[in-house]
Amino acid sequence: MAEDSILGFLQNNEAISDSLQFAASAGIDHNELENVIKSLRGFEIVDAQEFQKDRWFLKEEGKTYAREGSPEVQLFNAVPPDGISREELQKKVNPTVFKIGSSWAVKKKLVEIGRQGVSRKVEYVEDKIQGFLQQIEKGEVVDEKDLAELKNRKLIEFRPLKGYSLRKGPKYVSKRKKAATDLTREHLLRGDWRDLEFKEYNLSAQVQPIQIGYLQPLLKVRDAIQSIFLQMGFEEMPTNNYVESSFWNFDALFQPQQHPARDSHDTFFLKVPSSTRELPEDYVAKVTRVHESGDYGSLGYRYKWKREEADKNLLRTHTTAVSARMLYRLAQQKSFSPKRYYSIDRVFRNEAVDRTHLAEFHQIEGLICDRGLTLGDLFGVLEDFFARLGMAKLRFKPAYNPYTEPSMEIFSYHEGLKKWVEVGNSGMFRPEMLLPMGLPEDVSVIAWGLSLERPTMILYGIDNIRDLFGPKVDFNVIKNNPICRLGLE
Amino acid sequence: MPTVSVGRDRLFQALGRSYTQEEFEELCFEFGIELDDVTTEKEIIRKEKHLEAEVREEDEEEVIYKIEVAANRYDLLCLEGIARALRIFIGKEEIPIYKFREIPRESMLQINVTKATSKIRPYVVGAVLRGVSFNRANYNSFIDLQDKLHQNICRKRTLVAIGTHDLDTIDAPFSYEALIPQDITFTPLKQVKSFRADELLEFYRSDLKLKKFLHIIENSPVYPVIYDRNRTVLSLPPIINGAHSAISLRTKNVFIECTATDLTKAKIVLNTMVTMFSEYCDSKFEVEPVEVVYPDDRQFEDCASEGIFKGKNIYPDLAVTVMDIPLSVITCPIGISLGVAEVIPLLNKMQLHAKEKLGTGNYAITVHVPPTRSDILHPCDVMEDVAIAYGYDKIPKTKPKCMTTGGQQPLNVFSDKIRGEVSRAGYMEVLTWLLCSHEENFAMVKRKDDGAKAVTIGNPRSSEFEVVRTSLMPGLLKTLKHNIDHRRPIKIFEAGDIVCLDGTRDVGASNNRRLAALYCNVTSGFEEILGLVMRIMQVVQKPHEPANDNFIRPSNEPEFFPNRQCYIIFKEKQIGAFGVVHPEVLEKFGIPDPCTFVEIDIQALL
Repeated sequence: MAEDSILGFLQNNEAISDSLQFAASAGIDHNELENVIKSLRGFEIVDAQEFQKDRWFLKEEGKTYAREGSPEVQLFNAVPPDGISREELQKKVNPTVFKIGSSWAVKKKLVEIGRQGVSRKVEYVEDKIQGFLQQIEKGEVVDEKDLAELKNRKLIEFRPLKGYSLRKGPKYVSKRKKAATDLTREHLLRGDWRDLEFKEYNLSAQVQPIQIGYLQPLLKVRDAIQSIFLQMGFEEMPTNNYVESSFWNFDALFQPQQHPARDSHDTFFLKVPSSTRELPEDYVAKVTRVHESGDYGSLGYRYKWKREEADKNLLRTHTTAVSARMLYRLAQQKSFSPKRYYSIDRVFRNEAVDRTHLAEFHQIEGLICDRGLTLGDLFGVLEDFFARLGMAKLRFKPAYNPYTEPSMEIFSYHEGLKKWVEVGNSGMFRPEMLLPMGLPEDVSVIAWGLSLERPTMILYGIDNIRDLFGPKVDFNVIKNNPICRLGLE
Repeated sequence: MPTVSVGRDRLFQALGRSYTQEEFEELCFEFGIELDDVTTEKEIIRKEKHLEAEVREEDEEEVIYKIEVAANRYDLLCLEGIARALRIFIGKEEIPIYKFREIPRESMLQINVTKATSKIRPYVVGAVLRGVSFNRANYNSFIDLQDKLHQNICRKRTLVAIGTHDLDTIDAPFSYEALIPQDITFTPLKQVKSFRADELLEFYRSDLKLKKFLHIIENSPVYPVIYDRNRTVLSLPPIINGAHSAISLRTKNVFIECTATDLTKAKIVLNTMVTMFSEYCDSKFEVEPVEVVYPDDRQFEDCASEGIFKGKNIYPDLAVTVMDIPLSVITCPIGISLGVAEVIPLLNKMQLHAKEKLGTGNYAITVHVPPTRSDILHPCDVMEDVAIAYGYDKIPKTKPKCMTTGGQQPLNVFSDKIRGEVSRAGYMEVLTWLLCSHEENFAMVKRKDDGAKAVTIGNPRSSEFEVVRTSLMPGLLKTLKHNIDHRRPIKIFEAGDIVCLDGTRDVGASNNRRLAALYCNVTSGFEEILGLVMRIMQVVQKPHEPANDNFIRPSNEPEFFPNRQCYIIFKEKQIGAFGVVHPEVLEKFGIPDPCTFVEIDIQALL
């Protein structure tokens, strides 16, 4: 209706200079017209220039009077030529009209309200107020002096008004085809899709989320690193034993019993089950000796080794406890065979938690066990492994670790931070660890470890570990997390 | 790793040249120490007091380098040690020879040990530094080194405690005794009045620095104490020294004693003190020995480091450890080929005297390990030193040659497949913690602790770490709670281990792989979870095995709503349960909407 009248008018005329006037003369609500204008403009069927002008508008009270007449005239009309009692009059008009109307009618000397009742003072009244209000409503101009009373009585207000001037657009048509929103089965059956125009998609609109499942970001990175190990021929160690004895977690690794890591400040010791029930006794005897007085060419730590310390149960502080069990098992085989082992699993530290440390995290560990391995082999395999993680430039800093010698911190050059950052630890297991197990003397083990959380945080730019792991992770972080691209380069 | 604060200018002066920060960092990196922080004295104080940083008055303050050193290099815990090690590393100094001052045995100072000390702190060692020249800087370094040693190798004075005394204020022979506290009275360091030992401990209970050490002796019937011949108290180890023998900048002759529960460590500590500070003696690197005499009835005691005791012992033990090491033991593990003549200078850079061992047929090197290098236990430690001196950057990178095949643990492959199925069913994976509070694991899910299931932590730092979870339910509910405003329906899952007590395992506990899923909406979603259970039971079906029908039976578990819950049965065994979560459980976790939850032992389905 509104669209037809605009397009029809423009067919024969150059322009519509004022949409407000156009709406008034066509008897169309301007709001409705405005929606049509916007749609036509969107499709470039018309050119529309916005303008603003200020004009008078009727307030609610004014609108009522424009429709029903001013209250004083309504009241006047309710008074018969020969008068009426006050009570009768009150019954004839509504209370607001009576209240406002009677005071204005008296003031304008239209009626007289006396003891006998209400009587007309003039014979006929023209409702000028209603007339002015109707003119304003139509957007016509009213004389300034006639506005005075309307303004005083707060029947009108001055407001800006938005209008448009219109002319034909580049894609002007006198009649628009109905645009279909979606291709439906009916369209296909009827074949009318050929004649239909389809609405443009609004590609900038917010997309409805689809119902799908998601994997946890940290575990996605775990999967990617796991496949790097598998590609490099590594075999996974069984790490599903979080409760461990101090013996396997520390003593077997030639970590002395007074070592600070064995402090209750660093390790979760257990109340239940408080101690381990059995250890391989032959092996324990060899471990005792190498700690107390040395063996295999070592001076040992020269202290009194206590069995009860070794028996104490704990939550493992590193997966190297599992590596020790695996190497011990390997040493019990009839003939030695080389191995490459890896694991990525949970470890526990009784440390203060902060933005980068939790009481539990995931440790990545890789090790190679073979005859005659060298430090050069360790550097080579680390270069290969870290290059697949996107860290091509490595350096090694001498460090200390009780069960490896040499021990190195691994540094990688971070292109973003423009500096060397520590990315892991590595080393060759000490003979004091390997020989008591029964491994042949010429067998070496090269090993390295790092946390899963740290590279993941660097990868995704997360600076609080609790945003990555644990119950406080925001579901939107999981949902919005991209695929892990490690190993793709 | 311990951190040592040293004045930059004093360090560079000792190194005989100055460095840019980058140059110094590079030197540290090669040697295996790390420049951790660059600061000033005022800055440190400001940080301690949490004050706002003031505008730096440039050049006014001495720049302090905080250097991180390896935890087993006690000889690097002071400026003297770091400077000496670096000077030798860059070839500016010869390796020092630490020697005894030659005095007849009978004029050696003595410490006599009484039998009772074995009840509390059995060992003592001692030494004397004669003609020391202290100035403000090296005096502070001397005090700081004792602090560092106490913190590190001495394990907060439990294993070893150091006392240093102005020898000219006391008279030998000294006696190391263990007496009941009421019998010990003296004026301690920094006090003017005299205390009885038991009252002194009470007095120190409010002393921020010393109260940490009281536990070492306070419950013992006897306290260790060292007297001189005039019954002047030298120290009440490991708590405090006496005021009488306090050292000062004017002290020339220093008597050092270390009491210990671990003799090996006491010897290392004493060696570190004397090798570092004999540098300032009139006769450089010369130490006067002290004789420690144990009572006859301790002659048969078995001490791990000494073997069976001798009655009289001379300390410090500056003995040099000699190792004859075949060249191949050094070069092969590194993966370089060097001759003896090339290896020896590398060893020298690391403070190890070395010479070729002749006449063995194969190339070999005799290495002398000085008393400063207590970290060297085995030829592999010597090998590492050669590798460091050679330079890690120069070692050629090679590839291990062994042929191996990769593989995964079947349980992990299986649970990854289940994770895939559940995420394909539209669930979001979450990852929660193994440790939780006792209340979360039991009371909050309406379960009673019968003491037969959960692994309990003995030393939790807070209530968050009291037990190891025995179910995945609390973790998922906590995760839901933190995301309670998320769009419904919420569908989350976790595949992970729980831990239960298990008498069949060596350690008495075992992991169990679980899958848990949770559905939360305005309605309970029982059918959703039932559908998921059906799907899982369908996909774990093995070929050629009869189908698992009838795997659901009514259950009555406290965490679920009555009559809205089921067991999952597999091969006659209950392997899981699901149901509408009990409203009281939801309330405990602060969840306003109904939820259905399932947990399955997927290890049983493998």
